[in-house]
Amino acid sequence: MQPLFYGAAAIAILSTIMMLSRLNAVHALLYLIVSLLAVAVVFYTLGAPFIAALEVIIYAGAIMVLFIFVVMLLNLGERATELERTWVKAKMYIGPMILAAILIAEFVVMLSQTRVTAHSAGVVGPKEVGAALYGPYLIGVELASFLLLGALVGAYHLGVRKREGVSKGNHVDTYERRTAARGDLVRAGTDRTAGAA
Amino acid sequence: MFALGLIGLLVRRNLIFILMSIEVMLNAAGLAFVVAGSRWMQPDGQVMFIFILAMAAAEVAVGLALVLQFYHLHKSLDADAASEMRG
Repeated sequence: MQPLFYGAAAIAILSTIMMLSRLNAVHALLYLIVSLLAVAVVFYTLGAPFIAALEVIIYAGAIMVLFIFVVMLLNLGERATELERTWVKAKMYIGPMILAAILIAEFVVMLSQTRVTAHSAGVVGPKEVGAALYGPYLIGVELASFLLLGALVGAYHLGVRKREGVSKGNHVDTYERRTAARGDLVRAGTDRTAGAA
Repeated sequence: MFALGLIGLLVRRNLIFILMSIEVMLNAAGLAFVVAGSRWMQPDGQVMFIFILAMAAAEVAVGLALVLQFYHLHKSLDADAASEMRG
């Protein structure tokens, strides 16, 4: 377990450094996702498989999807298509893919080893965590639910006031651009409907 | 990890990078909790990590909504553009 732990920790630190040194937000998000997955592997080696699963599902799943949605919403300018074209260079995906491949290899090695050392290592499973969470920490769970409700209401409030002012003009802008550009997708769609009719 | 998040918070001026650095710092704090919990074989560290996770989710939802508002107000993501509130 020790070399796997140090390998995952090194990948986490390396990908975090790479995240901070990127200029583009999408590349930084890729490295941040790799960093979170590496921290999840670290949790697994530390004997916390439930927390590792939560890290992958909530951090690398939900929170990163929020970030990606905001980055996508903020790039609705005229330069969006050019930027997309420059982002989809395969060179930018090689670094995160190499780091993620190392993580997958480590995870496969761990899964092949856990048959032997499942109960000898100090694993604190989800059963103990759940018992502690709804036993002495029940008030904390309620406070966390209050916090999430407050965040939901606050984010909705901030988002709705934005939508009243700006989204109408934005929609007209994209619609005009789409009709004026007459891209290949639009033309293919009209041809197909004309042939069908 | 925490030091890296703090450095990112101080160095970068892009608001999305600042939010990502805050995520890294919260993640590092949760990692410290889980390490301590696994050192003493107690589930309390993992419980604290779950609370940190909920707090990070709430924080990032409100923070990203604020970033959207800020972008529609200033047309930029520079944190120095928010200095108009000084007296």
